[in-house]
Amino acid sequence: MIETALLYLFAAAATAGALVMLVARHPMRVALGLIGTMLSLACLYALLGVHVIAVFQVLIYVGAVMVFMVFVIMLLDTRDPSFVTRYSRLVLPGVLTAALIAAVLGALLARRHVGGPRIAGVADFRLQPFSARFLAEYWLHFELTSVLLLVVVVGAIAVIRGRGGRDG
Amino acid sequence: MDRTQFLLALSVTLFSLGLVGVVVRRNALVMLMCMELMVNAVVLSLVTFAARNGSASGAAYVFLIFVVAAAEIAIAIPIVLLLQRQRRTLDVGAYIELGG
Repeated sequence: MIETALLYLFAAAATAGALVMLVARHPMRVALGLIGTMLSLACLYALLGVHVIAVFQVLIYVGAVMVFMVFVIMLLDTRDPSFVTRYSRLVLPGVLTAALIAAVLGALLARRHVGGPRIAGVADFRLQPFSARFLAEYWLHFELTSVLLLVVVVGAIAVIRGRGGRDG
Repeated sequence: MDRTQFLLALSVTLFSLGLVGVVVRRNALVMLMCMELMVNAVVLSLVTFAARNGSASGAAYVFLIFVVAAAEIAIAIPIVLLLQRQRRTLDVGAYIELGG
């Protein structure tokens, strides 16, 4: 009972955060709306029993990505005209397209039972059993992500500094 | 409406809101954040299915998606900063000639 109530509460909070992102004028408020949405989604994941992903969501998204974003917003010039006028000329087509996509997906969702028959998996998503299984089965993928992150570090430095090899 | 269906409906809602944001907002950084919202919506549907089917590989896949999304942001933010340095604005209308 209380789980259902929490499910609806966090779903409402996530939607509210997304709406704030659409109407807020200053990018900092948009970032705060996005952080609210991400935290609500983390709570939803915890409610589903997928504790590891809830932790990843808070650590990686809110902890790393959004802190980075907030720092960049503080670096920006607040007299930028894009801070004052929110919307481009494409408001009407954009809203119509998104409404159409939402309608199609929603109709698909309402018409039949999604996802097919339930597969009886036995995965345990609590932290300790899942971590042991993750590092036993997916250790290679886990290590490969560090290669990806190294490539990204080099790429970011190249984007910032690289103009024909000299400092920009 | 059962829980899976409800969460998928939430995923559709968030995805559409993110799409609206990418199309209608002017600020490049805000557009980037709306794309993050779309990624989060899709991840929500993936987690819903993984939790429903008890699939450990689904959860591992979500971890990989998180890493790739962080990498994408780490490249995108320097590009946004370079745009800012070039024209002193993040209004995408100022870069209209990039459309070809």
